[in-house]
This record gives sequence, structure tokens and C-alpha cells, in this order.
Amino acid sequence: MKILVPVKRVIDYNVKVRVKADGTGVDLANVKMSMNPFDEIAVEEAMRLKEGGKATEVVAVSCGVTACQETLRTAMAIGADRSILVESDVELQPLAVAKLLAAVAKKEAPQLIILGKQAIDDDSNQTGQMLAALLGWSQATFASKVVIGEGKATVTREIDGGLETLEITLPAIVTTDLRLNEPRYATLPNIMKAKKKPLEVVKPADLGVDVAPRLSTVSVAEPPKRSAGIRVADVAALVDKLKNEAKVIA
Amino acid sequence: MSSYVAPLKDMMFVLTELAGLDKVAALPGYEEATTDVVEAILDESAKFTGGVLDPLNWSGDQEGAKWADKAVTMPKGFKEAYAQFVDNGWNALGGNPEFGGQGLPKVVSAAVQEMWKSANMSFSLCPLLTLGAIEALELAGSDEQKAMYLPNMISGKWTGTMNITEPQAGSDLAAIRSRAVPQGDGTYRIFGQKIFITYGDHDMAENTIHLVLARTPDAPEGVKGISLFVVPKFLVNADGSLGERNDAYCVSIEHKLGIHASPTCVMVHGDNGGAIGTLVGKENEGLKYMFVMMNAARFAVGLEGLAVTERAYQHAVAYARDRVQGRAIEGSPAPVAIIRHPDIRRMLMLMRSHVEAMRALAYAVAAAHDASHRHPDAAQRAQNQAFVDLMIPVVKGWSTETGNAMSYLGVQIHGGMGFVEETGAAQYMRDARITTIYEGTTGIQANDLMGRKIAREGGATAKAVIAMMRVTQQEVAAQPGVAFAAIAAALGRGIDAVGEATDHIVANYGKDVRAVAAGAVPFLKLMGNVAGGWMMARASLVAQAKISGGDADPFYPAKIATARFYAEHVMAAAPGLARVVVDAGNSALELDESMF
Repeated sequence: MKILVPVKRVIDYNVKVRVKADGTGVDLANVKMSMNPFDEIAVEEAMRLKEGGKATEVVAVSCGVTACQETLRTAMAIGADRSILVESDVELQPLAVAKLLAAVAKKEAPQLIILGKQAIDDDSNQTGQMLAALLGWSQATFASKVVIGEGKATVTREIDGGLETLEITLPAIVTTDLRLNEPRYATLPNIMKAKKKPLEVVKPADLGVDVAPRLSTVSVAEPPKRSAGIRVADVAALVDKLKNEAKVIA
Repeated sequence: MSSYVAPLKDMMFVLTELAGLDKVAALPGYEEATTDVVEAILDESAKFTGGVLDPLNWSGDQEGAKWADKAVTMPKGFKEAYAQFVDNGWNALGGNPEFGGQGLPKVVSAAVQEMWKSANMSFSLCPLLTLGAIEALELAGSDEQKAMYLPNMISGKWTGTMNITEPQAGSDLAAIRSRAVPQGDGTYRIFGQKIFITYGDHDMAENTIHLVLARTPDAPEGVKGISLFVVPKFLVNADGSLGERNDAYCVSIEHKLGIHASPTCVMVHGDNGGAIGTLVGKENEGLKYMFVMMNAARFAVGLEGLAVTERAYQHAVAYARDRVQGRAIEGSPAPVAIIRHPDIRRMLMLMRSHVEAMRALAYAVAAAHDASHRHPDAAQRAQNQAFVDLMIPVVKGWSTETGNAMSYLGVQIHGGMGFVEETGAAQYMRDARITTIYEGTTGIQANDLMGRKIAREGGATAKAVIAMMRVTQQEVAAQPGVAFAAIAAALGRGIDAVGEATDHIVANYGKDVRAVAAGAVPFLKLMGNVAGGWMMARASLVAQAKISGGDADPFYPAKIATARFYAEHVMAAAPGLARVVVDAGNSALELDESMF
């Protein structure tokens, strides 16, 4: 079984995000970028399936600028066998990414696509679902456990108020939640080997996909700053303010 | 408690722009050390050290290593962390590929090791000692010894130690008394007590390989009669499996000011018939091998000074941003975070500028080390080796003295909260304290610098380095702007100071060695101070070139500002240090011994 793992290059989770002065977006100049943490979980899950004898090949794929090659090298350092970069300087929105991934999936014919439930930069939580719809495959989102059987997968997913277990037929899409696994650290020998693993670069046009953005960003702003506190005279005044101003108690 | 975030940006800047990573990668055998691969390595190392080693630093300090029944138990979590460290291949980073190492250059391992040391100095001492033992075995071990020990030591499956010090033989190794009695079968039985043996025993690895200095029965007195032996904790069978427990035991561990998680062992060899060992290299040549190994260890301890400063700085910055206390000196409507106060800012800048200067100097020396081993041109190899030899005592002595001064400032920035242990600032200061002592005290480094590295060769290498500094100074002086004017002026005075002090040493070492030696440590500090300023000046030139080329990264203006701060606040001391070296030696010796 072949597993396709889409990985996104995002602003590193350690970086304090700054909004550009003109409010058009987040300042990414000279900022450390890393693999989306949910996608790290996806790569880890694919590796565990391979190590458990369920998968034979793990292919990482990323869509975006040339520098996404670093993210793919990271995936290969964790253990992916090879990778594909769909290179584009255009801002790629979830629908465009889903279309690109669908085109790659048709070419590669994997039995399973595992990807993060969302990316920590835009928090869209759309790509996996759109991809399943475009391909007409089963989907199981927010997975916290994946068990592969004959031609199917049993996926435990995190839902409001508990866990739900689904059985889906392969090929299928699985999106990862935080508790699916704890990603490993790449080993030094694997980091060295990653440089020598194959990395194919294709363009959206090669895949026949129009990636033009369908959404436009109106403005981006920092969250409002917390305003200074006030001193109240007594408990009665505090209760009054909580009731009538903050409206947090009835 | 702040968490350690490896300063990847400055590390990569120093590697690529100041240490010449591209030139190192052009050396035979180092072809894999390209910028993208090195960046990927440092990235993963940053994750590992931040995620695995750093969280054990404080708990390891509080719990400490424990001793009972001739065996050491490490603090909670260390065993698992070490297993992961070994499994992930970090111990093998610089190891010889012939024995399973990754064969990466020293300049890369310097950056990775800085992270181990910043994240958890106590932990880092285990691989430090293993790497030293590997170096000694590679240098002088027989093919059989190498085959038996090196693969498992390079992987980290087995750890190594250096059994050098004895109660009466600390800085003076001539006084070593441990005995080695030949058994006639090629092995020796070792008898004697060794103290201060770092990681002499622990529960993180299945075997520990001790390298032990001892005297054979007919050995001459003094330093010329010391031989080096390899003594495994468990004897190794011909098939590589572990055999009998050897007669080498840890009989107690020290209670120390710092590095609590690093077991400092008293080792007793031969209380039950003799510890079985084999000779490394030739009889009576042990000290010679040990000194080669010691140069690597001295460099590594120098990195500790840098690493502890980085960690203390990160901790202090986090506190200074968070702690609100007092209004701004110029007036403010409400109390402000202490990072607003000018004196706090000054202390943070001292920490920051020193860490950048120390990093640049250490990595530059590591790159020179790589060139001294692998450069195809013999003259280049020799020139680089001379630079390394001159700078090792500076990296060791100056960086560790600076690490102490800077971790002291880390506590100071915390105020009263720094004096209580719970904030964690004090641990860096306590851990730093050993660094100016082990692997040769600052005084010993300074004597080495002044005597062996300068006076013995008439100051030839020092003068060549001074000439290189002057070229940088002229480039800086040619740049427009007040920052470069300040850097050029301070660096110019600093170079003059080093030049004058060097001339004084060369001229007077033979005539009045006691007076010159009394100025040895001030001279070492002067050398470190100005060499660091030279590196910061080089960094500022690179930064300016990037800015002129249209790079808008705020890292570059910050680099120039930090270089200027270093010039004005740190290098300003250089002429004064030269005065101490040149004028003040006799006053240190004037009082008669009976007056003390």
C-alpha cells in the first residue's frame, strides 16, 4: 500500500506572529518556517504504518514556494521515501491545494492520504474534506486512532463530547488530530540520507489545475490588546460590574 | 522557567559568514557539510535539545546523581533521554565513518554541542568525556583496541571516562601514583585511587570505558613515567559480548556547587586483585596522548562558557520582559517591565554581545581545526594549526571566565528572585563555576598561552593574528557612520594593547618570568576581549554588506548595534588590561610570603 502525505510549510509555532503594518497579512519576511505540526503527526502515522508492515511506500507532497523543499526534506528525514513539490508562487487557498493534491493522487494512486486536520497558519480545516469530495473517496477527519484492515480502515475520531469510530473503505482520506501520535525526532543518519532521496518538482500547469485565489483577504489585524484593570470599592460593586457591565454572571 | 530555544539564526550566520562553512565543506571528506544539510541538522538538534534535554536540566539539578552500593543512579529521565540521544545518532556526529561515525566537521559539531551544553550542561558532560576517550583511542590505540571499543563508543552505546586526577595529583600530573603491573599475557592489573572522574559510573549505558593514567613498575619518576591504559567496567569478550565485572568501582560521588546531575566519582581500581587493562600506545607516553585529547576537551569546555551564557541570557530576557517593577527613569504613567530600565538593558547587552563574540571566536577556531586536519596544502594546515594552538587557551580561559561573569549578571537581572533557586537563574551560575577550573584552570590556560604559545615562538603566530585583526580594523574604519567609527576606534586601541602586551611578553619572558607570569591571566583576558571584538567587527562588516545589498532583515542592524556596544562597553577595557600586563606584574609579587 502506498501512502501519500501532504505537508504544508507554515510559520514556526515558536515564532511570535506579527501582522504587516499595512494590514494585508502576516509578516513572513525573515521568519522561521517549519512543517505544520498536524502534518508532522501525519508523517509519523504513515511511518508507523510502514514500520508495522501495512504500507510499502510513503510519498510526501507539498504545494507552494521553492522553499517548501526544506519541508519535504524534513518529511524524508523522518522517513518518507520520496517527495513531490507542486511549485507555485501564487497564494494557494485550500480549494487550490485540494485540486492539486487530487491531481497528484490520480497520478500516484495511493490507498491512503493522511494529512493534518488543519494548518496552524490559517486554521482553515478544509483541505482534507475538499480533497475527499474531489476524489469521491471516503474520509475520516480528526483521527485519534487509525487501524488498517483488508481494503478498509477503522478510524477513531474526536468529536464533541467523545469519540466516534468509523469504518471506511480504501482508498480514503484521513486527517490527523493532536492525540493520534507523538511525532518522533529525526535521527542524524536519516537527516543525512534525506538529501539523497528523490524530490520531484512539478508545476500546477503540469497537473492542469487553475490555482487562482477565489477568496480575497479584506484585512488582517492583531487581536485587541487587553485593557487595564480597575479597582472596585467593595464586593457589591464587583458583583454589580460582573452582572451589568461584563455580563458574565446572571 | 523559560525554555531553551537554540539561537539558530546567529549560529547559521556565524557558520556561513564568519567561520567559512563553505570552505570547510570544500575540504576532502567534508563534502556532505553543505549549508542546507547543516541547517537541517541544527534544526533537528534544536528540537531535540529543546524538547528532551532542556526539560531535564532543572529537575536533574534538584535531584542530583545518587550513589549507593558502589553504583550511581542518574536523576529521573536521564537514562531515557540518553537512550534517545544515542538512538538518534547524535553521539556519532563527528565520529570516524570507519567505525560508524557520521564524520561531520568540528565546526558543525561545535554548533550542535553548544546546544547540548545550553540545554543541559550536566547531561552534555557524558558525551564530552566519551568523545575525549574516543580521541585518545583513535590517536594511540592498537587496531584491536579500536575494533573492540570504538564502534560502541562512537554510537554512544558505551560511554568513556578520563581517569587522570589523584588526590595528590591535580594540576600536577607528575605526582600520579596509580600502578600498572604487567601480567605477562599482554594485560596489566591496575591499582590506585582516582578522583573527580566525571561519569565514572552511571546507569545510562551498559558499559563504561575508562582511560586510566598509571605507572608501570620500572617507569621513570615524574611526567616521563606515565602510561595510558584502557580499563572497561565490564571486560569485553573476543566476540564483543560483555564478560566479567572488572575491578574498577565508584566508591563515592562528590557533593558539588553545580552540575549536580553529572556524577563526579571517586574511582578505586584494584581493591579486589586489580583492574584488568591494556596499554594504549607506548609505555611512558601516556601524558603525550592525554595532551592531544586535552586540547579537544579544553575547546569543548570553552563552548560551555558560551553555552551557559546563551542559556542565562535567554532566561534573563524572559524575566526582564515579564517582571514589572518601578517606573521608567524618565517618568512613566505606570510601572514598567524592567527591560525598560537602562541598567537592565546594559546588562542584557553585555550578555548578548559576549555570547555572540564567544560563538564567533569558537566556531572560527573549530573551522581552523578542520582546515588544520584536512586542507590539501601543508602550509595552510600548519598555519591553521598554529591559529588553533594559540586560540585554544583563549577559547577555554576567556569563554569560561566570561560565562561566569555573564551568569552572574543573569542572577543580578533577576534581583532577589535570582538569589532564590526556584527561578532557575542561580543554576546557570553554579553550573558555570566549574568551567574555569576543570581541564586546566584559567591560570594554567594563561600560562600555556603566554609560555608555550607565545614566548616559545617569539610571538610569531600572535603577531600574524594581530596583522589579520588590523586588516579588519582598516575595513571597519573605511565604513561611513558613527557605529563603524566607534568600532574602528575601540578595535584599533584593542589591537595596539594586544600588540604592546605581546611584545612585552616576548621581550621579558626569559628575563623576568615571575613578573610576566603574574600578568598571564590579565593577558589572556585581553586576548579574548580583543579577539572577540575582532569577530564582532567582522560580523558588523558582513551585516553592513547585507544591508547595502537590500536585505531588510532586522538581524543585521541589530548585529551592527551589538558590535558597537561590545566595542564601547567591553573592548574599552583592553588598554587597561595591557597596562596590568606590562606595568603591574611586580606589584603582585612584592609582599613577602610571610606577610600572607
